[in-house]
Amino acid sequence: MDNLISILIFLPLIGAAILGFFLRGDEPAARRNAKWLALIATSATFLFSIALIGGFDPNDTGFQFVEEREWIFGLTYKVGVDGISVLFVMLTTFLMPITIAACWNVEHRVKEYMIAFLVLESLMIGVFVALDLVLFYLFFEAGLIPMFLIIGIWGGKARIYAAFKFFLYTFLGSVLMLVAMITMYIDAGTTDIPALLNHRFGSETFSLMGFQIVGGLQTLLWLAFFASFAVKMPMWPVHTWLPDAHVQAPTAGSVVLAAILLKMGGYGFLRFSLPMFPVASDLLAPLVLWLSAIAIVYTSLVALAQSDMKKLIAYSSVAHMGYVTMGIFAANQQGIDGAIFQMISHGFISGALFLCVGVIYDRMHTREIDAYGGLVNRMPAYAAIFMLFTMANVGLPGTSGFVGEFLTLMGVFQVNTWVALVATAGVILSASYALWLYRRVVFGDLIKESLKSITDMGGRERAIFAPLVVMTLLLGVYPSLVTDIIGPSVGALIEGYQTALADFDATLRVAQN
Amino acid sequence: MSGDLNTILPEIMLSVFAMAALLWGVYTGKDRTAPAILWATVAVFLALAFWIGTSGPGTDRAFDGLFVDDAFSRFSKVVILLSAAAVLLMGEGYMAKRDILRFEYPILVALSVVGMMVMVSAGNLLTLYMGLELQSLSLYVIAALRRDSVKSTEAGLKYFVLGALSSGLLLYGMALTYGYSGTTDFEGIVVAAGSDGLSVGLLLGLAFIFTGLAFKVSAVPFHMWTPDVYEGAPTPITAFFATAPKMAAMALFARVAHDAFGGATAEWGQIVAFMSVASMFLGAIAAIGQRNIKRLMAYSSIAHMGFALMGLAAGTALGVEAMLIYMAIYVTMNIGTFAFILSMERDGKPVTDIASLNMYAKREPGKALAMLILMFSLAGVPPLLGFFGKFAVLQAAVAADMIWLAVAGVIASVIGAFYYLRIIYFMYFGEEGEPLDPVRSPVLWAFLMGSAAVMVLGIGNLFGVEGLATAAAETLVR
Repeated sequence: MDNLISILIFLPLIGAAILGFFLRGDEPAARRNAKWLALIATSATFLFSIALIGGFDPNDTGFQFVEEREWIFGLTYKVGVDGISVLFVMLTTFLMPITIAACWNVEHRVKEYMIAFLVLESLMIGVFVALDLVLFYLFFEAGLIPMFLIIGIWGGKARIYAAFKFFLYTFLGSVLMLVAMITMYIDAGTTDIPALLNHRFGSETFSLMGFQIVGGLQTLLWLAFFASFAVKMPMWPVHTWLPDAHVQAPTAGSVVLAAILLKMGGYGFLRFSLPMFPVASDLLAPLVLWLSAIAIVYTSLVALAQSDMKKLIAYSSVAHMGYVTMGIFAANQQGIDGAIFQMISHGFISGALFLCVGVIYDRMHTREIDAYGGLVNRMPAYAAIFMLFTMANVGLPGTSGFVGEFLTLMGVFQVNTWVALVATAGVILSASYALWLYRRVVFGDLIKESLKSITDMGGRERAIFAPLVVMTLLLGVYPSLVTDIIGPSVGALIEGYQTALADFDATLRVAQN
Repeated sequence: MSGDLNTILPEIMLSVFAMAALLWGVYTGKDRTAPAILWATVAVFLALAFWIGTSGPGTDRAFDGLFVDDAFSRFSKVVILLSAAAVLLMGEGYMAKRDILRFEYPILVALSVVGMMVMVSAGNLLTLYMGLELQSLSLYVIAALRRDSVKSTEAGLKYFVLGALSSGLLLYGMALTYGYSGTTDFEGIVVAAGSDGLSVGLLLGLAFIFTGLAFKVSAVPFHMWTPDVYEGAPTPITAFFATAPKMAAMALFARVAHDAFGGATAEWGQIVAFMSVASMFLGAIAAIGQRNIKRLMAYSSIAHMGFALMGLAAGTALGVEAMLIYMAIYVTMNIGTFAFILSMERDGKPVTDIASLNMYAKREPGKALAMLILMFSLAGVPPLLGFFGKFAVLQAAVAADMIWLAVAGVIASVIGAFYYLRIIYFMYFGEEGEPLDPVRSPVLWAFLMGSAAVMVLGIGNLFGVEGLATAAAETLVR
């Protein structure tokens, strides 16, 4: 199959088109059909992505399954995967059927809801496979449209504010990246990502409006990209859109947001910032490391103070993304391996945690922690699953959460011991907020009248969690499943990074003599 | 001589048609003939667009360079003719229903289109002025077409007074230019301007000419007439103002900048760059407070002109190409958007308050979706075609080392995104309110859907529009 990746991108889109053009009416049967069609489309995409991972050769550090076509304005449509991106594609295709199944109870404008998610899936896959700058930007930004609608139409009470904040915040972050991309195009003469990876952008210090720009062009480009990815990630202090968006988004929207959309920032750092602007990355790494350390500690403390379950998990997501940025800018094998691992594992864990909140929200229509307590008495199965993901969120050994945190901490310890020290404090804090949340919601006596008749999870809900439980435990006890695939590509990335830095040092020395 | 006449045959034919239609209208049934004249005008526009579009490549200079027929003018003319035809078609139902479908309306539109065609083909300051005045005078009358409406007459008067002022400034600049270069011919002015900087007199002439042109494209700080005229004029006429004349004025701007002052790019680049930034920001910020969708579209068009001027400010062939593509996409988006605005009515009366769109998506999902696509496209959000227009001008600006301009542009586009999003907010997230009438007009529906479809499908294939724009830009910038 030569155009496997295009199939992955366009299959959900075709599903959305069929839904949009051929499905009429709003009676229960039509709604059910819409859900089934969306489930089939996402599942089929997942099956095709299995062929992708099956045919993927981890030892080839170049891009595989590459497709290239002419496009408008002299641009090219070029897609492909390497060891860094292939697992993100898998994560997306794996989680989407679960997401669709999770919104089975939605009865409000079901057809449009399904279309929004299918379009979103296409765009998310597109971000991870794009091998052309403009194509990447296109997918990266276009994802805002369906997400804006998902929050704005199907969200909670303050959804309008959250939707606008989400859109404008992330839009502002990324438009600077667009200017940087155009500058790169003018500088390198191509928008082809593999070619840009081999292009050395200028790093000579120059002066701009009286400021000395150390690292030159690279620093400016790096900062523009950083503005975009840091907002998307989100990093402290530009994370404030996330809690709002999460709290107001419907359950399935939160799952996609936390599990996949946030990973675009981390992926962007790995695909662009680190390999294309090595000098600037090296120069500004301490900044990112400290911002990450602050994020880990600060947002963990903020999470402790939350009374809304979704908000708490949202802040915990920001903290966990702190480990990712820390690992990436440690720029060694453990750090980056750990960062990617953490992103994949956080995809499963945070997705599952939002689904856990969704389960009880569907029953009680409140996310206030105080409204719950003693659920274990009526919902033993729920308590067990929630327990597992709480532990995974804390980073208990044996779950996938541990591997990512441990590897990133190990990576950063070799680079900056103080950052590692501060970040390790976050591990303890994450245990406190997560366990405290769990205790308040699940343990204790069941004294609230409204909870006396609450029912445990049904068959559909158990089926949704089953694959997530399997993946969390599997990756926890057998992490090579991931590291074997990403290892060679990450190795090549680091090698190129170190070579570029060595060359830069050499030219500096020549200049000084 | 007969070769010269051949070159301007499309303009002659359109003028003759307009005059014949006028005679026929006057001597027969007056306003009863209006629909027939309107349809005939549309047919003539389409035929001319086809003719000009398929006429061969090459450059013709008629009447010793007074009139230039090149790839650039052909590209602009096709866009002007097609958009004028579209707007006439869209407006027919609206005007007939409100009893303002006078037979003069299509004739005045035809005459203003003749003016625009002469403008974009101008090779001499006098041709320029002739074309511009023919266009403007027709537009003043059309703006005040609704004689019994205070707002419409106010719009016409305001437009006329400010337009006359700008024509005066333009004439003054032309006089200065003539005085200091000794010729009104663009080719002569380029030689006189030379490559070693402009003389003070020519610089003043340039500044005044650009001021006059900035009025016509409604660039800040000469934009004040736009919101009032847009609001006051009947909606089909607003739609016309937002499309063809904008294209013509931008093309004329590029023509004067490059043909007459091609050697002084550095001088006028600054002026245009300033107007571009000011227009983008004013358009983005002032529209936030607007509740009236016509005023909102006026500010939106100011912001869009800012972006188109960014392409011009680059002062390169790439910039002109980007500007042409931008204008073609802008015109297409505006046709769709105005097709929607024309269908907004309650109890048979036109409504312009954006709050009346409350939960529109629930009743008319198809039209709401098309409008959503157009709004995101106007905001420049990928993957829609509007993004590619912005991308093209930003690329031209960066390539010309005007990164600051590009950065200002993208920041303005984020601010501007807010009000487009607000329309979507009303349509999709709002509270249930008093509904609009379900207007069943196949023509409006077709234009709305067609325009939205172009925004989506255009990203797969533009059917060679970029190639034409490239060729057009290359003939202009040498």
